Amino acid sequence: MATLIKNAKIAADSWQLLDRAADGSLPTVPATGDIIVPLPLWQAMAGELLARSGRLGLWLDSAEDPALVADSLEALSLIAVHFPQFTDGRGYSTARLLRERYGWKGELRAIGDIQRDQLYYLSRCGFDAFVLNDSLNAKAALSAFNDFTEAYQTSVDRPVPLFRRRAAETA
Amino acid sequence: MYIYDAVDQRLVDERVAQFRDQTRRFLAGELSEDNFRPLRLQNGLYIQRFAPMLRVAIPYGLLASRQLRALAHIARKWDRGYGHFSTRQNIQFNWPKLEDVPDILAHLASVQMHAIQTSGNCIRNTTTDHFAGVAPDEVVDPLVWCELIRQWSTFHPEFAYLPRKFKIAVSGAEQDRAAIQVHDIGLQAVRNAKGETGFRVLVGGGLGRTPIIGTVIREFLPWPHLLSYLDAILRVYNRYGRRDNKYKARIKILVKELTPDVFRAQVDAEWAHLKDGPSTLTAAEVARITRRFTRPEYQTLDVLSVQYTQALARERGFANWAGRNVHPHKVPGYAAVTLSLKKTGVAPGDATADQMDAVADLADRYSFGELRVSHEQNLILSDVKQSDLHALWQEAKALGLATPNIGLITNIIACPGGDFCSLANAKSIPVAEAIQRRFDDLDYQHDIGELDLNISGCMNSCGHHHVGHIGILGVDKQGAEFYQISIGGAQGNAAALGKVIGPSFAQDEVPDVIEKLIQTYLARRDSETERFVDVVRRLGIAPFKEHVYGNADQKRENRSGQLAAA
Repeated sequence: MATLIKNAKIAADSWQLLDRAADGSLPTVPATGDIIVPLPLWQAMAGELLARSGRLGLWLDSAEDPALVADSLEALSLIAVHFPQFTDGRGYSTARLLRERYGWKGELRAIGDIQRDQLYYLSRCGFDAFVLNDSLNAKAALSAFNDFTEAYQTSVDRPVPLFRRRAAETA
Repeated sequence: MYIYDAVDQRLVDERVAQFRDQTRRFLAGELSEDNFRPLRLQNGLYIQRFAPMLRVAIPYGLLASRQLRALAHIARKWDRGYGHFSTRQNIQFNWPKLEDVPDILAHLASVQMHAIQTSGNCIRNTTTDHFAGVAPDEVVDPLVWCELIRQWSTFHPEFAYLPRKFKIAVSGAEQDRAAIQVHDIGLQAVRNAKGETGFRVLVGGGLGRTPIIGTVIREFLPWPHLLSYLDAILRVYNRYGRRDNKYKARIKILVKELTPDVFRAQVDAEWAHLKDGPSTLTAAEVARITRRFTRPEYQTLDVLSVQYTQALARERGFANWAGRNVHPHKVPGYAAVTLSLKKTGVAPGDATADQMDAVADLADRYSFGELRVSHEQNLILSDVKQSDLHALWQEAKALGLATPNIGLITNIIACPGGDFCSLANAKSIPVAEAIQRRFDDLDYQHDIGELDLNISGCMNSCGHHHVGHIGILGVDKQGAEFYQISIGGAQGNAAALGKVIGPSFAQDEVPDVIEKLIQTYLARRDSETERFVDVVRRLGIAPFKEHVYGNADQKRENRSGQLAAA
């Protein structure tokens, strides 16, 4: 059983994730409830999805370009990025592009092979929600957000890099 | 030497705590081997043939004497009393216990060292010229830029799970001693007509299975844009580098498949968004980092020490050593010295804990307490007074570190090979030793002149065989260890990839083959100043091939044909 972590706390999850079927066909859309749909479904039937009751989220697979949803952000309540394996690091760039280039302010959720030891970097790249696939140790995993107390680079959580902040302090 | 500030120190301390907890969870069964692997690799820990191997970072090869003593202590307390200096200016310990590694990392942190990102699919230790800051042909001192890159790359949150490993090398001199043409990114620090510092940026070089010389994608990148431009390159690679096949996952394959022009256009498109953003470096930050480097307080000396010149005239042994192992220095009266870790019978790059302690003492007494690790796997004392060279030579000789072979055939670069490494197809160390024994006569070595001989135990090319004047590659032939030989490779400004001379050889045949290559060279050179590699360039590989194989070439091929058919 997976556990949702949101804003560094364990949270209840109201969202239903819709995936393509094994044969690649698009899923059927439930009439009500909050759903996260795959990109092709959004591209095929945006109008129907917007006419539903219930909130709409969309998920991008690791190879899918976030530029494809840049014009749809207004319609969405959540964006998720899928990590097929935690070693597939494309989603880190996807997240930064969504936050820093396309201006996504809503929930950005990491899904797929998400574990404790990736939470820190994921959060620095702009994710604020994580579906952890190890629910047993979810509580202990929360400490991962505090693995490090400072960072050198520019990132979503610290848009100004250390050297500029340091210079501002001493100025 | 760069001195950590409070944040630098806090980050390495926090890293130790993080890895201690990860190791605890792994040993308690809470973290699977698959999930632990990338974490331990990003802390330099491999699981090897006999035991874990720990690779400790020596950022851009610069080391203080107290740090070398700490490495000696680690070798004694947690290993078997020695360490192996690698071609990436790092040091590797071959026998630590997994459960001891957090304590080893804590000890390293106490001397401002770490093993962060020395392995794994992330940005690795940045390497540079082992004569950085002291070379007479230096245009820009690369050390400050290397440290800025170290900080930028350390725990970069976006680039910890790249398609494959990523190596950056920086050179600031006219002669490239950092092999920048065979790195994922090579940076040549230059000055423009106005005297402003910038970088010529090369991408997509590399050795390994598909050796490629890097391509220049930007002729002059003004220094303030260094980090944003690196971010742009890395982002394009992270998003579009191949992840379906680990042998095609390095950036060189992406650059090749896209073509350098298309790759450059993609980087420029990405950079257009990042350029002039908050990552843009400031003069104040460059000055701050510069101030955090301690610099030797040189004395005012004559250009040439009388004591030194007299000793050179008096003692042939000293003159031989000085001719090979003493290098020019930009400050009058000083020299840089290579302490050779290539004594015959010792694995290339290996040093015992006692030697490390002794070298630390030499560094304190003769070279302002600092030293360097070269990518040729030797140690360098970078700031020695000429008048001290004779005394230093005598001490180094007593320690077995004065073999006068720098630039010669016995200064072999070799990976640890099949004796230690689980990736290797074949052993490297015994092959290196057999060649060193064959060419042990110093006069003969000097007669042969400059020759880089590099050995890798497998296609991963840690021994840089592609860029050796003579390169030896361990291959697996139906379960047996064989060696493929190439000639004509070169590192430096005229970097080139060697050409394979023909079918491979059994281990005991290798010294004879090398001897034949050398005989061919000696018979064909137009003068004593024409080096082995120059003759290969002038004549091609044909005369060498002919002398090595004669008509045996044909027989050999027939035999392999029969074996394959059988």
